Amino acid sequence: MALYSEQVMDHFRNPRNLGAIEDADAIGEVGNATCGDIMRIYLKINDEVITDIKFETFGCGSAIASSSMATELIKGKTISEALALTNKAVTEALGGLPAHKIHCSVLAEEAIQAAIEDYRKRQESKN
Amino acid sequence: MAKIYADNAATTKMSRRAIDTMVKCMEEYYGNPSSLYEVGQEAQEKLTEAREKVARLLGCEAREIIFTSGGSEADNQAIISAAKLGAKKDKKHIISTAFEHHAVLHTLNKLEKEGFEVTLLDVHENGLVTPEQVEEAIRPDTCLVTIMYANNEIGTIQPIKEIGKICKEKGVLFHTDAVQVAGQLHIDVKEQNIDMLSISAHKFHGPKGAGALYARKGIVITNLIEGGAQERGKRAGTENVPAICAMAEALEEACEKIEKKTAKLLEMREVLIEGISKIPHSILNGDKEKRLPGNVHFCFEGIEGEALLLLMDDKGICASSGSACTSGSLDPSHVLLAIGRPHEIAHGSIRLSLSEENTMEEMPKIIKALEEVVTYLRRISPVWRDLEQGKVEHII
Repeated sequence: MALYSEQVMDHFRNPRNLGAIEDADAIGEVGNATCGDIMRIYLKINDEVITDIKFETFGCGSAIASSSMATELIKGKTISEALALTNKAVTEALGGLPAHKIHCSVLAEEAIQAAIEDYRKRQESKN
Repeated sequence: MAKIYADNAATTKMSRRAIDTMVKCMEEYYGNPSSLYEVGQEAQEKLTEAREKVARLLGCEAREIIFTSGGSEADNQAIISAAKLGAKKDKKHIISTAFEHHAVLHTLNKLEKEGFEVTLLDVHENGLVTPEQVEEAIRPDTCLVTIMYANNEIGTIQPIKEIGKICKEKGVLFHTDAVQVAGQLHIDVKEQNIDMLSISAHKFHGPKGAGALYARKGIVITNLIEGGAQERGKRAGTENVPAICAMAEALEEACEKIEKKTAKLLEMREVLIEGISKIPHSILNGDKEKRLPGNVHFCFEGIEGEALLLLMDDKGICASSGSACTSGSLDPSHVLLAIGRPHEIAHGSIRLSLSEENTMEEMPKIIKALEEVVTYLRRISPVWRDLEQGKVEHII
């Protein structure tokens, strides 16, 4: 199908890091069902390193592929490295997205930021 | 992988008869119908035959048919013509429905900017409007009622004859977009009180790029394309003779087969509806009975339509959806919103539209594929997780 690049279709058909983490250290969720896209990211973090990451997405093919790619890009990375991830990097790694689908990659970036924010909050309340 | 084509409301495969007619026209009747010599006049003859055929199948006179490039052009021309006639008498009110095709809605938007007032009737949850609604909405300054014969997404069939009767009594022009209906149900414009009607060839196994507008004689039609005197001066440009002849042939073939085809389509439709209804938290859109024989339209909670279509395509099934992501906008189908489906439900829709080319053997395959894809997408959906864990209540 010419609508999406091969990378997008691959990540859509075989999403990496799919699912939930029951004892997650942080959860980030962005989007809303009204607009048709919701991403939820689960993180396990050990010593500022993302040791495990899972996602669930309600959305179109490129939303699912963007979530999958974003989780791949930050798995095993430090929190600060994860925060530096941009939607542009996600889009590029996917071999590009159609113009009206760029917002999917933005959502992926925001979902990761939301998860890390949740982690920080949880850390603060622990201290 | 063998493909199952279940998107016949989007377009149909051309029939052998239509293709043969088209090719023959291209090879033998290549002349310009406006030319005086024999080659041109032969093409003119073919055009006349096609016009007579289409007229007979719609129940009107040949001179009441204007060939167009398709349904959109016919809709535009009908509405613009009626508006112009209305404006002359200072009647600048038009009645339509919230779930028309964009060829109608966007034309109405344009007229609103030019000072017309448009009343869009609410559509009931079953996908129908009533003649009473039309009657109540008609005002002394109403110049046109334009209501689609059957909806292109959810397939609901409107009470056209009754609406037409009211318009006739009130002296208001009545146009109907019958793009989804031609070749599916018998049309008789005179008997059904229709003043103007649009059809499109590629929806009934004819070629793309051909359509027709029926306009009752006496209605002054406004040109959208200026130039030569083709189509009695109402639509300039050398006629697309091969496509027009193929359209006439396709319409004739489709109409000949209506009874037999309908029986088969209804049987397949009911199997699909029954099977898909078993998927939990799904809902059929549009009235169960008053719908096109080949139309099946469902919403599923917790998933999004574009992902659904892509995965169905992976399984060899061609279908369509009213999700925002398939349209390039952020809003889901205006049709589903018009029948009161909330946004989050409207995003998760699928339309399966069958033709006689489909077979009963395909139906269980479609149902099975749909069950698998919906189950998978729900498994990865955070919305579904919340629904299942009771954090959010099911809507359907």
